[in-house]
Amino acid sequence: MNTFELLGQGLIAALQVQNLLYALIGVTLGTAVGVLPGIGPALTVALLLPVTYNLDPAGSLIMFAGIYYGGMYGGSTTSILLNTPGESASIVTALEGNKMARQGRGGPALATAAIGSFIAGLIATLGLAFVAPFVVKFALSFGPADYFALMVLAFITVSAAFGDSPLRGLTALFIGLGLGIIGIDQQTGQTRLAFGILDLLDGIEVTTLAVALFAIGETLKTAADREQVEASVMAVKGSVWMTLDDWKRSWGSWLRGTFIGFPIGAMPAGGADIASFLSYSAEKSFAKKPEEFGHGAIEGVAGPEAANNASAAGTLVPLLTLGLPTTATAAIMLAGFQQFGLQPGPLLFANNSSLVWALIASLLVANFMLLVLNLPLIGLWVKLLTIPKPWLYAGILTFATLGTLGANGAMSMGFGSMRISFELVLLLVFGVLGYLLRRFGYPIAPVVVGLILGPMAEQQLRRALSISQGDPAVLFHSPISLVLYAVAIIAVVLPIIMRMRGKGAVLGQLASDED
Amino acid sequence: MSAGQSNSTRRPDGAALVIAVILAAISIIIFWQTSQMRVPPIQQRVGPTVFPYIVASGLGLLALGTLVSALRNGFPARSKDDYAPIAWIVGGLVAQILLLSTAGFSVATGVLFALTAKGFGRGPLWQTIPIGIVFSFIVWFIFARGLQLSLPQGPVERFIVTGSF
Repeated sequence: MNTFELLGQGLIAALQVQNLLYALIGVTLGTAVGVLPGIGPALTVALLLPVTYNLDPAGSLIMFAGIYYGGMYGGSTTSILLNTPGESASIVTALEGNKMARQGRGGPALATAAIGSFIAGLIATLGLAFVAPFVVKFALSFGPADYFALMVLAFITVSAAFGDSPLRGLTALFIGLGLGIIGIDQQTGQTRLAFGILDLLDGIEVTTLAVALFAIGETLKTAADREQVEASVMAVKGSVWMTLDDWKRSWGSWLRGTFIGFPIGAMPAGGADIASFLSYSAEKSFAKKPEEFGHGAIEGVAGPEAANNASAAGTLVPLLTLGLPTTATAAIMLAGFQQFGLQPGPLLFANNSSLVWALIASLLVANFMLLVLNLPLIGLWVKLLTIPKPWLYAGILTFATLGTLGANGAMSMGFGSMRISFELVLLLVFGVLGYLLRRFGYPIAPVVVGLILGPMAEQQLRRALSISQGDPAVLFHSPISLVLYAVAIIAVVLPIIMRMRGKGAVLGQLASDED
Repeated sequence: MSAGQSNSTRRPDGAALVIAVILAAISIIIFWQTSQMRVPPIQQRVGPTVFPYIVASGLGLLALGTLVSALRNGFPARSKDDYAPIAWIVGGLVAQILLLSTAGFSVATGVLFALTAKGFGRGPLWQTIPIGIVFSFIVWFIFARGLQLSLPQGPVERFIVTGSF
């Protein structure tokens, strides 16, 4: 069957009432968490995993993908009206978008962000549908050594390539890798680093780590940071609609943003934040009136917003076809697949073809829903920004502990008659870790990706080594792996060159916090 | 550049030095624990110890890198953090952990809710704790009753749902 037929069948499945409902819940939640500062799509999906345990796998995954897309839409609202990005991919949007809002052009800024996100989401999702089968065909020829090289590449791009310090990125990654060792070894049944604690035998749950680092760490950081001023929400004044001139200036930026964002997400070259930054620089150099940049240029909103949505769709290419998460949200979605006994990768397209195509098709549907949610209903979302911080973060912690208890609430520890939940203790410990990582400028995403991808990389490494009877040269035998290592090296060297050309400051803002 | 010279007014970053020490300690712990594993001879080269050794070596190198970065003041400037809110919120989480099995989800989480709000400057506790308990009970009811999530019950939940303690 060709891609059109598969996608058509997926659309039929996606348009079933049940799946439409899941998509609607997903995009609504996603927009809400995208708008709210302090919580992002990764955390939301992690919190929802235990709730969806008994639900339909296809529906749950559709919901998660909707959250991911919705988060990208919602983040722009916060950037434009509050000058505080709701999620990291919208940092660049704040540069021009908030300036526009201050000039009373908040409406057109929100509109160009929403329409740009829609167009980018549409093109990039179709891109995903057409690129994925090729990657799958290609990936079937991968050996263990190639997979290991691919994971090394993902490790490098997630941790070292962007952000302000490769040292701190790699440190965050290795903390995740170290946590991934804990528990019973999958292949030999040997216990590693469990220190005699029974609860550690199953290893560290990705969801517990993610919820702790994102929810608790972020709450502690926000509470402790006295310099976090209460920013005021800009009211949407004047016309919401874009003028003819706005349209003329936006459409090129939307398309450029899309074609920058999709490959970056798809190639494992990093997250949406990187795509939006590159799109911003591209718009700056393409602009007919570059002097407007920094004073509310609409291109600087249109391009990056298209780019971050396109890259969210692009991220699904390596996730679905190779089982390779390149962002924190993708890592949690991988945990979601695993919860339902599904392993993303080339075989998923063969064994669960209807599920995969229903998922891809429902992203197209979700995109239409998001356009409706974000253009006419924008006033509703802006209200979310007025929730006072004490209640917002108290609520976030309530849900964080609820999700953790729901996933693994056994009261397995205790002194005397008092029983306590080991999982909540872990949540607290990792929460403090999350605060410290933020305080000292370490990125968060590599820790999560390291925890989930580390054991997978180890498995491939050991497979490759046992085929060669322990000779490490096997890792560099195939041309595929050599190319992947070469790309990994470029991914490290290129940012260093960019830094030397004086773009270090902006690059530094891109330390992948969340998505 | 020679690190020991004093004509630079900036001193080594103390907190970063501590991080370097912690990373080195984790590296040593992984090395030590892995060396304690009894591995059959056939798994010596490709067994369960290979990856931990790689990770431990990586952490060791990163500890060195962090040390150099600390001596050269390579860490970004830090905000002046206020530790009182952190104490409130961590206190809330500890209180929840301790209360959960006896008092149930609503009371324990209500206390967490109120102490978190306190960390953000909203009080007084005699008002926020009841608000938190009511909020947590509504959440408990939706998730434990509606979505069949297994959440610890206490007297409050039992009383409202079944009418008796």
